[in-house]
Amino acid sequence: MTQYLVLIYENEQSWANADEATVGRMMSEHSSFGQKNGASLRGGNALESSTTATSLRRNASGEIVATDGPFAETKEALGGYYVIEADDLDAALAIAKQVPATFGGVEVRPIRDMS
Amino acid sequence: MANAHRHEWAFVLASTMRITRDFDVAEECVQDAFAKALASWSQQGIPTNPGAWLTTVARRRAIDLGRRRDVAMRSRRLLVTDATTLDREPDSAIEDDRLRLIFTCCHPSLATDTQVALALRMLCGLSTVQVAKAFLVKESAMAARLTRAKKKIAIARIPYRVPKRAELRTRIDAVLLVVHLLFTTGHTSPVGEELSQVDLVERSLDLARMLHSLLPDDGEVTGLLALILLTDSRRGSRVGTEGEFLALADQDRSTWHRDSIDEGLVLVGDALRRGRPGPFTLMAAIAAVHSSAPHWDETDWSEIVGLYDLLIDTWPSPVVALNRAVALSFAEGPDTGLRALDDLSTEPQLSAYPYLAAARANCLVRLERVDEARDAFAEAAMLTENNVERAYLQSRIEELLERRS
Repeated sequence: MTQYLVLIYENEQSWANADEATVGRMMSEHSSFGQKNGASLRGGNALESSTTATSLRRNASGEIVATDGPFAETKEALGGYYVIEADDLDAALAIAKQVPATFGGVEVRPIRDMS
Repeated sequence: MANAHRHEWAFVLASTMRITRDFDVAEECVQDAFAKALASWSQQGIPTNPGAWLTTVARRRAIDLGRRRDVAMRSRRLLVTDATTLDREPDSAIEDDRLRLIFTCCHPSLATDTQVALALRMLCGLSTVQVAKAFLVKESAMAARLTRAKKKIAIARIPYRVPKRAELRTRIDAVLLVVHLLFTTGHTSPVGEELSQVDLVERSLDLARMLHSLLPDDGEVTGLLALILLTDSRRGSRVGTEGEFLALADQDRSTWHRDSIDEGLVLVGDALRRGRPGPFTLMAAIAAVHSSAPHWDETDWSEIVGLYDLLIDTWPSPVVALNRAVALSFAEGPDTGLRALDDLSTEPQLSAYPYLAAARANCLVRLERVDEARDAFAEAAMLTENNVERAYLQSRIEELLERRS
Protein backbone atom coordinates (compact mmCIF):
# COMPACT_ATOMS: atom_id res chain seq x y z
CA MET A 1 0.00 0.00 0.00
CA THR A 2 1.20 3.48 -0.78
CA GLN A 3 -0.01 6.75 0.65
CA TYR A 4 -0.80 9.58 -1.72
CA LEU A 5 -1.39 13.24 -0.99
CA VAL A 6 -4.28 14.65 -3.00
CA LEU A 7 -3.77 18.42 -3.21
CA ILE A 8 -6.87 20.39 -4.09
CA TYR A 9 -6.20 23.48 -6.21
CA GLU A 10 -9.12 25.80 -6.81
CA ASN A 11 -9.81 29.33 -7.92
CA GLU A 12 -10.20 31.27 -4.67
CA GLN A 13 -12.13 34.10 -6.33
CA SER A 14 -14.79 31.63 -7.44
CA TRP A 15 -15.03 30.30 -3.90
CA ALA A 16 -15.34 33.85 -2.53
CA ASN A 17 -18.10 34.66 -5.02
CA ALA A 18 -20.04 31.44 -4.47
CA ASP A 19 -23.45 31.88 -2.86
CA GLU A 20 -24.45 30.09 0.31
CA ALA A 21 -26.34 27.32 -1.47
CA THR A 22 -23.28 26.52 -3.63
CA VAL A 23 -20.96 26.48 -0.64
CA GLY A 24 -23.39 24.22 1.22
CA ARG A 25 -23.58 21.83 -1.74
CA MET A 26 -19.80 21.63 -1.97
CA MET A 27 -19.49 20.93 1.73
CA SER A 28 -21.96 18.08 1.47
CA GLU A 29 -20.05 16.75 -1.57
CA HIS A 30 -16.93 16.57 0.57
CA SER A 31 -18.75 14.84 3.36
CA SER A 32 -20.22 12.22 1.03
CA PHE A 33 -16.78 11.73 -0.55
CA GLY A 34 -15.47 11.07 2.97
CA GLN A 35 -18.21 8.58 3.76
CA LYS A 36 -17.78 6.71 0.50
CA ASN A 37 -13.98 6.46 0.71
CA GLY A 38 -13.56 6.24 4.47
CA ALA A 39 -11.59 2.99 4.22
CA SER A 40 -8.88 4.66 2.09
CA LEU A 41 -8.77 8.04 3.84
CA ARG A 42 -5.88 8.70 6.23
CA GLY A 43 -6.50 12.40 6.78
CA GLY A 44 -7.41 15.66 5.18
CA ASN A 45 -8.18 19.29 5.85
CA ALA A 46 -9.49 22.41 4.26
CA LEU A 47 -7.15 25.42 4.37
CA GLU A 48 -7.91 29.06 4.98
CA SER A 49 -7.50 31.37 2.01
CA SER A 50 -3.99 31.88 0.59
CA THR A 51 -4.24 35.55 1.62
CA THR A 52 -3.73 34.31 5.19
CA ALA A 53 -0.50 32.50 4.26
CA THR A 54 2.98 33.56 5.33
CA SER A 55 6.02 32.26 3.44
CA LEU A 56 9.51 31.94 4.89
CA ARG A 57 12.54 32.03 2.63
CA ARG A 58 16.23 32.49 3.11
CA ASN A 59 17.57 35.74 1.68
CA ALA A 60 21.03 36.27 0.14
CA SER A 61 22.72 36.64 3.52
CA GLY A 62 21.12 33.46 4.86
CA GLU A 63 18.56 35.05 7.16
CA ILE A 64 15.04 33.70 7.16
CA VAL A 65 12.67 36.37 5.95
CA ALA A 66 8.90 36.24 6.19
CA THR A 67 6.77 37.41 3.29
CA ASP A 68 3.02 37.82 3.04
CA GLY A 69 1.29 35.30 0.80
CA PRO A 70 1.65 31.74 -0.52
CA PHE A 71 4.96 30.29 -1.74
CA ALA A 72 3.89 30.46 -5.37
CA GLU A 73 1.22 32.80 -6.68
CA THR A 74 -1.06 30.87 -9.02
CA LYS A 75 -4.56 31.34 -10.34
CA GLU A 76 -5.62 28.13 -8.63
CA ALA A 77 -4.38 28.03 -5.05
CA LEU A 78 -3.90 25.11 -2.72
CA GLY A 79 -7.09 25.08 -0.69
CA GLY A 80 -7.14 21.68 0.97
CA TYR A 81 -5.86 18.13 0.86
CA TYR A 82 -6.62 14.50 1.54
CA VAL A 83 -4.19 11.75 2.45
CA ILE A 84 -5.32 8.49 0.89
CA GLU A 85 -3.93 4.98 0.87
CA ALA A 86 -4.14 2.82 -2.25
CA ASP A 87 -2.61 -0.25 -3.86
CA ASP A 88 -1.31 1.58 -6.89
CA LEU A 89 -1.67 4.76 -8.93
CA ASP A 90 -4.73 3.52 -10.80
CA ALA A 91 -6.55 2.93 -7.52
CA ALA A 92 -5.37 6.29 -6.16
CA LEU A 93 -6.53 8.13 -9.28
CA ALA A 94 -9.91 6.41 -9.09
CA ILE A 95 -10.38 7.87 -5.59
CA ALA A 96 -8.89 11.27 -6.47
CA LYS A 97 -11.33 11.58 -9.38
CA GLN A 98 -14.16 11.67 -6.86
CA VAL A 99 -12.66 14.54 -4.82
CA PRO A 100 -15.00 17.52 -5.26
CA ALA A 101 -13.05 20.39 -6.86
CA THR A 102 -15.65 22.39 -8.74
CA PHE A 103 -13.41 25.46 -9.19
CA GLY A 104 -10.22 23.68 -10.16
CA GLY A 105 -8.63 20.26 -9.92
CA VAL A 106 -6.40 18.03 -7.86
CA GLU A 107 -2.79 16.88 -7.97
CA VAL A 108 -1.90 13.37 -6.80
CA ARG A 109 1.55 12.86 -5.29
CA PRO A 110 2.98 9.70 -3.79
CA ILE A 111 4.15 10.23 -0.20
CA ARG A 112 7.73 9.10 0.26
CA ASP A 113 8.05 5.94 2.28
CA MET A 114 10.69 6.71 4.93
CA SER A 115 10.50 3.35 6.66
CA MET B 1 20.40 -11.14 -35.11
CA ALA B 2 18.83 -7.80 -36.01
CA ASN B 3 15.66 -9.72 -36.76
CA ALA B 4 15.69 -11.43 -33.38
CA HIS B 5 16.32 -8.09 -31.70
CA ARG B 6 13.41 -6.53 -33.47
CA HIS B 7 10.91 -9.31 -33.01
CA GLU B 8 11.89 -10.77 -29.67
CA TRP B 9 12.95 -7.75 -27.59
CA ALA B 10 9.54 -6.95 -26.08
CA PHE B 11 8.83 -10.65 -25.55
CA VAL B 12 12.11 -11.26 -23.72
CA LEU B 13 11.90 -8.01 -21.71
CA ALA B 14 8.30 -8.62 -20.65
CA SER B 15 9.13 -12.14 -19.58
CA THR B 16 12.22 -11.01 -17.64
CA MET B 17 10.15 -8.36 -15.86
CA ARG B 18 8.29 -11.27 -14.28
CA ILE B 19 11.43 -11.94 -12.27
CA THR B 20 12.94 -8.51 -11.74
CA ARG B 21 9.79 -6.39 -11.49
CA ASP B 22 12.13 -3.50 -12.21
CA PHE B 23 12.65 -1.94 -15.62
CA ASP B 24 16.33 -1.06 -15.22
CA VAL B 25 17.41 -4.50 -14.05
CA ALA B 26 15.26 -6.21 -16.69
CA GLU B 27 16.73 -4.03 -19.47
CA GLU B 28 20.22 -4.86 -18.31
CA CYS B 29 19.52 -8.60 -18.34
CA VAL B 30 17.94 -8.49 -21.79
CA GLN B 31 20.82 -6.47 -23.22
CA ASP B 32 23.19 -8.98 -21.70
CA ALA B 33 21.26 -11.88 -23.28
CA PHE B 34 21.49 -10.28 -26.73
CA ALA B 35 25.22 -9.74 -26.26
CA LYS B 36 25.64 -13.42 -25.32
CA ALA B 37 23.54 -14.42 -28.33
CA LEU B 38 25.82 -12.48 -30.64
CA ALA B 39 28.80 -14.50 -29.45
CA SER B 40 27.07 -17.86 -29.20
CA TRP B 41 24.95 -17.82 -32.36
CA SER B 42 27.84 -16.89 -34.63
CA GLN B 43 29.64 -20.05 -33.49
CA GLN B 44 26.82 -22.51 -32.90
CA GLY B 45 24.21 -21.17 -35.29
CA ILE B 46 20.83 -19.66 -34.59
CA PRO B 47 18.70 -21.80 -32.24
CA THR B 48 15.34 -23.09 -33.47
CA ASN B 49 13.49 -20.81 -31.08
CA PRO B 50 15.57 -17.65 -30.65
CA GLY B 51 12.97 -16.03 -28.40
CA ALA B 52 12.98 -18.91 -25.92
CA TRP B 53 16.81 -19.03 -25.98
CA LEU B 54 17.06 -15.31 -25.22
CA THR B 55 14.36 -15.47 -22.55
CA THR B 56 16.09 -18.33 -20.76
CA VAL B 57 19.43 -16.52 -20.75
CA ALA B 58 17.91 -13.18 -19.65
CA ARG B 59 15.87 -14.78 -16.90
CA ARG B 60 18.81 -16.84 -15.63
CA ARG B 61 20.79 -13.61 -15.42
CA ALA B 62 17.89 -11.92 -13.61
CA ILE B 63 17.69 -14.68 -11.01
CA ASP B 64 21.46 -14.52 -10.58
CA LEU B 65 21.45 -10.74 -10.16
CA GLY B 66 18.48 -10.99 -7.83
CA ARG B 67 20.41 -13.32 -5.52
CA ARG B 68 23.52 -11.21 -5.55
CA ARG B 69 21.65 -7.96 -5.08
CA ASP B 70 19.21 -9.43 -2.66
CA VAL B 71 19.64 -6.69 -0.10
CA ALA B 72 19.60 -3.92 -2.67
CA MET B 73 16.62 -5.49 -4.40
CA ARG B 74 14.63 -5.58 -1.22
CA SER B 75 14.92 -1.84 -0.75
CA ARG B 76 14.04 -1.26 -4.40
CA ARG B 77 10.53 -0.16 -5.27
CA LEU B 78 9.26 -3.13 -7.21
CA LEU B 79 6.50 -2.73 -9.73
CA VAL B 80 2.95 -3.32 -8.70
CA THR B 81 1.65 -6.44 -10.38
CA ASP B 82 -1.23 -8.83 -10.03
CA ALA B 83 0.42 -11.16 -7.55
CA THR B 84 -1.96 -13.95 -8.44
CA THR B 85 -0.86 -14.19 -12.05
CA LEU B 86 2.76 -13.07 -11.89
CA ASP B 87 4.01 -15.17 -9.04
CA ARG B 88 2.69 -18.44 -10.38
CA GLU B 89 4.69 -18.10 -13.60
CA PRO B 90 2.36 -19.81 -16.03
CA ASP B 91 4.23 -19.92 -19.34
CA SER B 92 0.96 -19.69 -21.21
CA ALA B 93 0.49 -16.17 -19.85
CA ILE B 94 3.68 -14.88 -21.49
CA GLU B 95 1.66 -13.29 -24.26
CA ASP B 96 -0.06 -11.27 -21.57
CA ASP B 97 3.31 -10.05 -20.33
CA ARG B 98 3.86 -8.02 -23.47
CA LEU B 99 0.41 -6.49 -23.00
CA ARG B 100 1.35 -5.47 -19.46
CA LEU B 101 4.45 -3.83 -20.88
CA ILE B 102 2.41 -1.98 -23.50
CA PHE B 103 -0.17 -0.69 -21.04
CA THR B 104 2.47 0.41 -18.55
CA CYS B 105 4.49 2.31 -21.17
CA CYS B 106 1.31 3.99 -22.43
CA HIS B 107 -0.17 4.89 -19.05
CA PRO B 108 -2.18 8.14 -19.17
CA SER B 109 -0.28 9.58 -16.20
CA LEU B 110 2.84 9.78 -18.41
CA ALA B 111 3.20 12.59 -20.95
CA THR B 112 2.46 11.50 -24.53
CA ASP B 113 6.05 12.21 -25.64
CA THR B 114 7.25 10.03 -22.80
CA GLN B 115 4.84 7.26 -23.70
CA VAL B 116 6.16 7.25 -27.26
CA ALA B 117 9.78 7.24 -26.09
CA LEU B 118 9.12 4.41 -23.61
CA ALA B 119 7.34 2.39 -26.29
CA LEU B 120 10.36 2.70 -28.60
CA ARG B 121 12.81 1.80 -25.86
CA MET B 122 10.88 -0.92 -24.03
CA LEU B 123 8.70 -2.44 -26.74
CA CYS B 124 10.87 -1.98 -29.83
CA GLY B 125 14.21 -2.24 -28.08
CA LEU B 126 15.65 0.91 -29.66
CA SER B 127 18.68 2.25 -27.81
CA THR B 128 18.43 5.59 -26.06
CA VAL B 129 20.63 7.08 -28.81
CA GLN B 130 18.24 5.85 -31.49
CA VAL B 131 15.18 7.13 -29.64
CA ALA B 132 16.87 10.52 -29.16
CA LYS B 133 17.67 10.67 -32.87
CA ALA B 134 14.11 9.85 -33.87
CA PHE B 135 12.87 12.84 -31.89
CA LEU B 136 15.77 15.15 -32.71
CA VAL B 137 16.74 15.68 -29.08
CA LYS B 138 20.07 15.24 -27.38
CA GLU B 139 20.91 11.80 -26.07
CA SER B 140 21.36 13.15 -22.54
CA ALA B 141 17.90 14.75 -22.66
CA MET B 142 16.30 11.51 -23.86
CA ALA B 143 18.18 9.47 -21.24
CA ALA B 144 16.93 11.85 -18.54
CA ARG B 145 13.37 11.62 -19.85
CA LEU B 146 13.44 7.81 -19.85
CA THR B 147 14.99 7.66 -16.38
CA ARG B 148 12.38 10.05 -15.02
CA ALA B 149 9.62 7.97 -16.55
CA LYS B 150 10.90 4.69 -15.10
CA LYS B 151 11.28 6.36 -11.72
CA LYS B 152 7.73 7.66 -11.83
CA ILE B 153 6.42 4.21 -12.78
CA ALA B 154 8.13 2.73 -9.72
CA ILE B 155 7.55 5.49 -7.18
CA ALA B 156 4.02 6.55 -8.04
CA ARG B 157 3.24 2.84 -8.50
CA ILE B 158 1.91 2.85 -12.00
CA PRO B 159 0.72 -0.75 -12.14
CA TYR B 160 2.35 -3.30 -14.43
CA ARG B 161 -0.79 -5.03 -15.57
CA VAL B 162 -3.52 -5.20 -18.15
CA PRO B 163 -6.31 -2.76 -17.19
CA LYS B 164 -9.64 -4.04 -15.95
CA ARG B 165 -12.35 -4.58 -18.51
CA ALA B 166 -14.19 -1.38 -17.54
CA GLU B 167 -11.26 0.86 -18.47
CA LEU B 168 -9.79 -1.33 -21.22
CA ARG B 169 -11.44 0.54 -24.10
CA THR B 170 -10.02 3.99 -23.19
CA ARG B 171 -6.64 2.49 -22.34
CA ILE B 172 -6.42 0.62 -25.67
CA ASP B 173 -7.33 3.86 -27.44
CA ALA B 174 -4.43 5.59 -25.66
CA VAL B 175 -2.05 2.84 -26.82
CA LEU B 176 -3.34 3.11 -30.38
CA LEU B 177 -2.77 6.87 -30.33
CA VAL B 178 0.87 6.31 -29.36
CA VAL B 179 1.41 3.82 -32.19
CA HIS B 180 -0.38 6.11 -34.65
CA LEU B 181 1.69 9.09 -33.54
CA LEU B 182 4.83 7.04 -34.08
CA PHE B 183 3.61 6.15 -37.57
CA THR B 184 2.69 9.70 -38.59
CA THR B 185 5.98 11.05 -37.20
CA GLY B 186 7.81 8.50 -39.34
CA HIS B 187 5.57 8.86 -42.40
CA THR B 188 6.16 12.60 -42.72
CA SER B 189 8.89 13.89 -40.45
CA PRO B 190 7.77 17.21 -39.02
CA VAL B 191 11.20 18.66 -39.69
CA GLY B 192 14.24 17.78 -41.68
CA GLU B 193 15.58 16.68 -45.02
CA GLU B 194 14.07 13.25 -45.54
CA LEU B 195 10.40 12.87 -46.29
CA SER B 196 9.99 9.88 -44.00
CA GLN B 197 11.85 8.03 -41.31
CA VAL B 198 11.52 4.49 -42.51
CA ASP B 199 12.66 3.03 -39.22
CA LEU B 200 9.90 4.72 -37.20
CA VAL B 201 7.32 3.59 -39.71
CA GLU B 202 8.54 0.01 -39.51
CA ARG B 203 8.58 0.09 -35.72
CA SER B 204 5.02 1.39 -35.64
CA LEU B 205 4.05 -1.44 -37.99
CA ASP B 206 5.78 -3.94 -35.67
CA LEU B 207 3.85 -2.53 -32.70
CA ALA B 208 0.54 -2.58 -34.55
CA ARG B 209 1.20 -6.22 -35.51
CA MET B 210 2.10 -7.06 -31.94
CA LEU B 211 -1.11 -5.45 -30.66
CA HIS B 212 -3.15 -7.22 -33.29
CA SER B 213 -1.68 -10.60 -32.38
CA LEU B 214 -2.47 -9.90 -28.71
CA LEU B 215 -5.94 -8.39 -29.22
CA PRO B 216 -7.16 -9.92 -32.52
CA ASP B 217 -10.83 -9.26 -31.73
CA ASP B 218 -10.52 -5.51 -31.26
CA GLY B 219 -11.89 -3.61 -34.25
CA GLU B 220 -9.77 -0.51 -33.71
CA VAL B 221 -6.55 -2.49 -33.26
CA THR B 222 -7.35 -4.22 -36.57
CA GLY B 223 -8.24 -0.85 -38.10
CA LEU B 224 -4.96 0.75 -37.08
CA LEU B 225 -2.89 -2.13 -38.48
CA ALA B 226 -4.85 -1.86 -41.74
CA LEU B 227 -4.36 1.92 -41.83
CA ILE B 228 -0.61 1.63 -41.41
CA LEU B 229 -0.30 -1.15 -44.02
CA LEU B 230 -2.41 0.67 -46.61
CA THR B 231 -0.77 4.07 -46.12
CA ASP B 232 2.70 2.59 -46.04
CA SER B 233 2.05 0.54 -49.19
CA ARG B 234 2.61 3.80 -51.10
CA ARG B 235 5.96 4.50 -49.44
CA GLY B 236 8.05 3.85 -52.56
CA SER B 237 5.93 6.05 -54.81
CA ARG B 238 5.71 9.18 -52.63
CA VAL B 239 9.12 10.39 -53.69
CA GLY B 240 10.25 10.78 -57.30
CA THR B 241 13.63 9.96 -58.82
CA GLU B 242 15.05 13.32 -57.73
CA GLY B 243 13.83 12.91 -54.16
CA GLU B 244 10.90 15.21 -54.85
CA PHE B 245 7.47 14.81 -53.25
CA LEU B 246 4.77 13.19 -55.39
CA ALA B 247 1.11 13.86 -54.56
CA LEU B 248 -1.34 10.95 -54.55
CA ALA B 249 -2.65 12.02 -57.97
CA ASP B 250 0.82 11.84 -59.52
CA GLN B 251 1.98 8.56 -58.00
CA ASP B 252 2.70 5.51 -60.14
CA ARG B 253 0.22 3.07 -58.64
CA SER B 254 1.98 0.06 -60.15
CA THR B 255 4.76 0.61 -57.61
CA TRP B 256 2.41 0.41 -54.64
CA HIS B 257 3.23 -2.54 -52.44
CA ARG B 258 0.65 -5.15 -53.43
CA ASP B 259 1.10 -7.51 -50.46
CA SER B 260 0.55 -4.72 -47.93
CA ILE B 261 -2.56 -3.58 -49.81
CA ASP B 262 -4.02 -7.10 -49.95
CA GLU B 263 -3.38 -7.66 -46.26
CA GLY B 264 -4.73 -4.20 -45.39
CA LEU B 265 -7.92 -4.69 -47.40
CA VAL B 266 -8.70 -7.98 -45.65
CA LEU B 267 -8.12 -6.33 -42.26
CA VAL B 268 -10.34 -3.33 -43.10
CA GLY B 269 -13.13 -5.70 -44.05
CA ASP B 270 -12.69 -7.53 -40.77
CA ALA B 271 -12.63 -4.29 -38.73
CA LEU B 272 -15.75 -2.94 -40.44
CA ARG B 273 -17.68 -6.08 -39.56
CA ARG B 274 -17.07 -5.51 -35.84
CA GLY B 275 -19.92 -3.11 -35.10
CA ARG B 276 -19.73 0.66 -35.11
CA PRO B 277 -16.37 1.58 -36.66
CA GLY B 278 -13.98 3.76 -34.67
CA PRO B 279 -11.70 6.46 -36.11
CA PHE B 280 -8.79 4.19 -37.10
CA THR B 281 -11.11 1.77 -38.90
CA LEU B 282 -12.70 4.68 -40.78
CA MET B 283 -9.32 6.15 -41.74
CA ALA B 284 -8.26 2.69 -42.93
CA ALA B 285 -11.47 2.42 -44.94
CA ILE B 286 -10.66 5.76 -46.62
CA ALA B 287 -7.14 4.55 -47.39
CA ALA B 288 -8.71 1.36 -48.77
CA VAL B 289 -10.82 3.33 -51.26
CA HIS B 290 -7.62 4.90 -52.63
CA SER B 291 -5.85 1.55 -52.68
CA SER B 292 -8.72 -0.01 -54.63
CA ALA B 293 -8.77 2.65 -57.37
CA PRO B 294 -6.63 1.58 -60.37
CA HIS B 295 -6.18 5.26 -61.35
CA TRP B 296 -6.61 8.61 -59.59
CA ASP B 297 -9.47 9.41 -62.02
CA GLU B 298 -11.36 6.33 -60.86
CA THR B 299 -11.33 7.24 -57.16
CA ASP B 300 -14.77 6.88 -55.57
CA TRP B 301 -14.85 10.36 -54.01
CA SER B 302 -18.46 10.27 -52.83
CA GLU B 303 -17.64 7.09 -50.86
CA ILE B 304 -14.66 8.93 -49.34
CA VAL B 305 -16.78 11.97 -48.39
CA GLY B 306 -19.32 9.62 -46.77
CA LEU B 307 -16.55 7.97 -44.73
CA TYR B 308 -15.22 11.39 -43.66
CA ASP B 309 -18.74 12.30 -42.49
CA LEU B 310 -18.73 9.22 -40.24
CA LEU B 311 -15.20 10.04 -39.09
CA ILE B 312 -16.18 13.60 -38.08
CA ASP B 313 -19.01 12.12 -35.98
CA THR B 314 -16.61 9.92 -33.99
CA TRP B 315 -13.61 12.25 -34.05
CA PRO B 316 -14.58 15.91 -34.54
CA SER B 317 -11.32 17.64 -35.46
CA PRO B 318 -10.43 20.53 -37.79
CA VAL B 319 -7.82 18.35 -39.51
CA VAL B 320 -10.47 15.75 -40.35
CA ALA B 321 -12.75 18.55 -41.58
CA LEU B 322 -9.91 19.78 -43.81
CA ASN B 323 -9.45 16.36 -45.38
CA ARG B 324 -13.18 16.06 -45.88
CA ALA B 325 -13.22 19.43 -47.66
CA VAL B 326 -10.48 18.21 -50.02
CA ALA B 327 -12.47 15.05 -50.79
CA LEU B 328 -15.54 17.23 -51.34
CA SER B 329 -13.62 19.31 -53.89
CA PHE B 330 -13.15 16.15 -55.97
CA ALA B 331 -16.63 14.77 -55.40
CA GLU B 332 -18.57 17.98 -56.08
CA GLY B 333 -16.11 20.42 -57.63
CA PRO B 334 -13.41 22.87 -56.56
CA ASP B 335 -15.83 25.71 -55.73
CA THR B 336 -17.71 23.54 -53.19
CA GLY B 337 -14.37 22.37 -51.78
CA LEU B 338 -13.03 25.91 -51.53
CA ARG B 339 -16.13 27.06 -49.65
CA ALA B 340 -15.69 24.22 -47.14
CA LEU B 341 -11.99 25.12 -46.77
CA ASP B 342 -12.74 28.81 -46.26
CA ASP B 343 -15.12 27.83 -43.44
CA LEU B 344 -12.07 26.43 -41.67
CA SER B 345 -9.90 29.54 -42.02
CA THR B 346 -10.74 30.73 -38.50
CA GLU B 347 -9.85 27.41 -36.82
CA PRO B 348 -7.02 28.24 -34.40
CA GLN B 349 -5.68 24.68 -34.69
CA LEU B 350 -5.15 25.15 -38.42
CA SER B 351 -3.63 28.63 -38.32
CA ALA B 352 -0.08 27.27 -38.68
CA TYR B 353 -1.04 24.15 -40.62
CA PRO B 354 0.53 24.16 -44.10
CA TYR B 355 -1.99 21.70 -45.57
CA LEU B 356 -4.91 24.14 -45.29
CA ALA B 357 -3.13 26.71 -47.48
CA ALA B 358 -1.95 23.96 -49.86
CA ALA B 359 -5.48 22.56 -50.18
CA ARG B 360 -6.86 26.04 -50.93
CA ALA B 361 -4.12 26.53 -53.51
CA ASN B 362 -5.07 23.30 -55.28
CA CYS B 363 -8.74 24.34 -55.47
CA LEU B 364 -7.76 27.80 -56.73
CA VAL B 365 -5.59 26.27 -59.48
CA ARG B 366 -8.53 24.18 -60.62
CA LEU B 367 -10.68 27.33 -60.67
CA GLU B 368 -8.01 29.10 -62.78
CA ARG B 369 -7.55 31.73 -60.04
CA VAL B 370 -3.80 31.63 -60.62
CA ASP B 371 -2.64 34.66 -58.60
CA GLU B 372 -4.54 33.61 -55.48
CA ALA B 373 -3.30 30.03 -55.92
CA ARG B 374 0.29 31.24 -56.02
CA ASP B 375 -0.18 33.23 -52.81
CA ALA B 376 -1.71 30.21 -51.11
CA PHE B 377 1.18 27.94 -52.17
CA ALA B 378 3.61 30.55 -50.88
CA GLU B 379 1.81 30.57 -47.53
CA ALA B 380 1.99 26.78 -47.33
CA ALA B 381 5.70 26.80 -48.22
CA MET B 382 6.32 29.29 -45.46
CA LEU B 383 4.49 27.12 -42.91
CA THR B 384 5.98 23.70 -43.66
CA GLU B 385 9.16 22.66 -41.89
CA ASN B 386 9.81 19.65 -44.11
CA ASN B 387 12.29 20.47 -46.87
CA VAL B 388 10.94 17.93 -49.37
CA GLU B 389 7.45 19.36 -49.00
CA ARG B 390 8.75 22.90 -49.29
CA ALA B 391 10.59 22.08 -52.52
CA TYR B 392 7.39 20.60 -53.92
CA LEU B 393 5.39 23.72 -53.03
CA GLN B 394 8.07 25.96 -54.59
CA SER B 395 7.88 23.94 -57.80
CA ARG B 396 4.13 24.47 -57.92
CA ILE B 397 4.65 28.25 -57.54
CA GLU B 398 7.18 28.28 -60.39
CA GLU B 399 4.83 26.26 -62.56
CA LEU B 400 2.12 28.89 -62.01
CA LEU B 401 4.54 31.73 -62.79
CA GLU B 402 5.45 30.04 -66.08
CA ARG B 403 1.81 29.57 -66.92
CA ARG B 404 1.23 33.33 -66.65
CA SER B 405 4.13 34.37 -68.83
